[in-house]
Amino acid sequence: MYIVDRRLNPGGKSLGNRQRFLRRARELARRAVREGIKDRSIKDLDRGGEVTVPDRSLREPVLRRSSEGLHDVVLPGNKEYLEGDTIARPPGGSGGGGGNEGSPDGEGEDDFRFVLSQDEYLDIFLEDLELPDLRKRKLATAEKMGHRRGGYTTAGPPANLAVMRTMRNSLSRRIALQRPKLEREQALAQEIEDLEREGSDPERLAALRLELDKVRLRMRRIAYIDPLDLRFHQLVPQRKTVAQAVMFCLMDVSGSMTEEMKELAKRFFMLLHIFLRRRYHHVEIVFIRHTQKAEEVDENTFFYSTETGGTVVSTALELMAQICTERYRPDDWNIYGAQASDGDNEYRDGPKVAALLQDAILPLSQYFAYIEVGRSGIDHSELWGSYETVKQKSDVLAMKKVRSRSEIYPVFRELFRAKGQAQER
Amino acid sequence: MSDQGGRALLYRGLDWDFDTIRRVYAAIEEIAQKELGLDTYPNQIEVISAEQMLDAYASNGLPINYAHWSFGKRFAQHEAVYRKGWGGLAYEIVINSDPCISYIMEANTATMQTLVIAHAAFGHNHFFKNNYLFRAWTDAEGIINYLDFAKKYITRCEEEYGKRAVEVILDAAHALTSHGVHHYQRRKKPELAMEERRERERQLYHERVYDDLWRTVPTRAAKRPANVDEARRRALLDLPQENLLYFIERTAPRLRPWQREILRIVRQIAQYFYPQGQTQVMNEGCATYCHYAIMNRLSERGQISDGHFLEFLQSHTNVVFQPSFEQSPRINPYALGFAMMSDIHRICVDPTEEDREWFPDIAGSGSPTEVLKSVWAEYRDESFILQYLSPRLIREWRFFHLVDDPSQPHLRVAAIHNEAGYRRIRRALARQYDIGQNRPDIQVVDVDLAGDRRLIVHHKVENGVFLKADEAEQVLQQLANLWGYEVLLAEVDESGRSLREHKAAPSPATEIAYRTG
Repeated sequence: MYIVDRRLNPGGKSLGNRQRFLRRARELARRAVREGIKDRSIKDLDRGGEVTVPDRSLREPVLRRSSEGLHDVVLPGNKEYLEGDTIARPPGGSGGGGGNEGSPDGEGEDDFRFVLSQDEYLDIFLEDLELPDLRKRKLATAEKMGHRRGGYTTAGPPANLAVMRTMRNSLSRRIALQRPKLEREQALAQEIEDLEREGSDPERLAALRLELDKVRLRMRRIAYIDPLDLRFHQLVPQRKTVAQAVMFCLMDVSGSMTEEMKELAKRFFMLLHIFLRRRYHHVEIVFIRHTQKAEEVDENTFFYSTETGGTVVSTALELMAQICTERYRPDDWNIYGAQASDGDNEYRDGPKVAALLQDAILPLSQYFAYIEVGRSGIDHSELWGSYETVKQKSDVLAMKKVRSRSEIYPVFRELFRAKGQAQER
Repeated sequence: MSDQGGRALLYRGLDWDFDTIRRVYAAIEEIAQKELGLDTYPNQIEVISAEQMLDAYASNGLPINYAHWSFGKRFAQHEAVYRKGWGGLAYEIVINSDPCISYIMEANTATMQTLVIAHAAFGHNHFFKNNYLFRAWTDAEGIINYLDFAKKYITRCEEEYGKRAVEVILDAAHALTSHGVHHYQRRKKPELAMEERRERERQLYHERVYDDLWRTVPTRAAKRPANVDEARRRALLDLPQENLLYFIERTAPRLRPWQREILRIVRQIAQYFYPQGQTQVMNEGCATYCHYAIMNRLSERGQISDGHFLEFLQSHTNVVFQPSFEQSPRINPYALGFAMMSDIHRICVDPTEEDREWFPDIAGSGSPTEVLKSVWAEYRDESFILQYLSPRLIREWRFFHLVDDPSQPHLRVAAIHNEAGYRRIRRALARQYDIGQNRPDIQVVDVDLAGDRRLIVHHKVENGVFLKADEAEQVLQQLANLWGYEVLLAEVDESGRSLREHKAAPSPATEIAYRTG
């Protein structure tokens, strides 16, 4: 009897099957994920989870009997029936228990349910989205230490043994020192045995025996693999550069922004955050809220505390530019901006906003997205108007209007749609 | 069974380690070989985690398997159930191989491991090695190597012809697996080790032998006489043929050699599982009987404590619980198997007058183990029930036979557990386990070689039971894709009159995947 401990085997044995399955279910899973997004809270968005897809395209058909025709079945647990008794057909199909016989695995036409991992979920969720304007993407210096292969050494742990190299050394040493081959020893031994059996030519036998002893001695002296031959792979530490990004969330928190509008804005920011995290190893977020003056706050304050006052958008842009120069030099960081507002702005501020955006913010940024939330009826807010003029000169700026929660995701997709498949509208 | 008690406990508490397993195994082996006289393959016990158990589920318990999305689907399915806590995992899985591999879960308690080793490593193992079906149809020694070959072969095909091309073939093959096994006329035991070597020769051979079909390809068709000799053609094509996969593999005119080989792989694996479908009650009955006997002996010998024995009894009763028909119409194979084995034991040792009348051969023979061993070796579920379901058991289980005739307004109770009903119930229950009854009777009957090469398949309709139409259409589509030309499936009655017909032509989309692959 052998006992084998398989628990230490590498996991993910089914990974290949799972990938094939997902490729097959992809279209369905995609639809399920996008439908499901409406019911999910933003916090769980990146957690993966269960999706339910219709079983149709994943069905594995086999030839089986239908429930029509004559069926019979033997059942245990009779309590009252006598031979010849009749029983009313159970509602919902004939068969009286025999009807389902043909389905041994018990899998009906029900929906098929399975769990997507976080990565798979996001993969589908963010499929065919792309970060705009990657050509300016910067690599920050030296964030992390990694290892890479760096030649061979003569010492190391057994796991790193370079077998090919070791055997090559062994072979050349054996040739150089003229270690007799195994075949030669065997041939000699065979010949001796033959001679012994025949009993003829004792002289040759003696010579052969002497020769065999010599060969064996030499084989013993010259090892097949000598410690000298051993070579190990060497790993040398290496600095790895890692792309990093900072995301500025700008939001108007003046009295005109209702809770509902903030919620919309929050959803947008979260989506953006998840998206950036997929692309960069390291993403920082800066929250800037503003009324007539701007301040940098933490996340909670950003979303949940209210403030009253007027609205001067340029203060927020100024603060963003200032923080960039202080902490996030554009040479080292990929800078993304996302602004949410209801579009209100003090009317004298318009030109200043346009100028700031064009001269200070956009040159720093990889991308700057503006969404206007919650307005209906009014075509052009003041802020929208100011941004529109800038947009004509720059492709880094994107603008969209969002009215309800269900629009967030489509708008997000539209803003970040991969270049190749854009412009469908 | 002289020595009672007096031995040291094999383990204490719930935890186990590898030494515990070794001790337990040795104690069980002693009982199994000396007292029960079980004859087993050497054992290999593998401890696995929950995730690995799910892996094993997904591939029908096979330790190695080729890649296909349906296995991923099964994994996802089981995983979802398991994660939600809707269902637990099996305590063990055992593979019919030599050496016999049993997977045991790391989460089991020491008592459960003991139970599982007695159940799988001895009970199932003995059954695999001795039952005539397994001996005739499976090659325990070669299976692991064959699976390894299959996996590598399919991976190589995926690399060479693309994953999509391989997937369409496997999809089609899987749809036909239920009709991809030989049921009769087995000349010799399969030797899976030969498969790999034969693969190349087979290709050449087939191309030569089946050139009768090749010659009907349009360019040469003019040279052939219009009516090929009927009998000769049927003999050549081995018709009628109930193994659809085999027929397609040998005869489909447009398949490439590697596609045929993939069909063959699927077929071989289906054939390997063929006996398991027919011996579920017996197999589980045998294993459950063995673990029950062994655990009792261990307890008598003082090798497991009373507390642990109670723990064992609890899981044992859970396993052999049969809900009444209102809760589940399915008969629990563990319950029925164990009840019948115990009943045979009783008949041998302590028969009643009734038993003597019904089972004169074994009643009071006094050697239950010998009788059971010969039963395990020589029967399958259908014949086993037909032979050994005793009136007493029918009464205990309160079996009744229910008939649903669509021409009648009501279901009718055709037999119950009384003198008049015993034999009828026994026959009806046995028929329920007859593979010929559970699987629709499908045969390839003809190919129109001279004309449009249409393949004609018949389903013999019994008792007015037709095929499930939507699935039949899908399977037929797969069959047509493989065949490369039109396929006609006729559902015929006993006289051969066609009652219903389904047709399918190869679909252009898969056509591309097939021919360019």
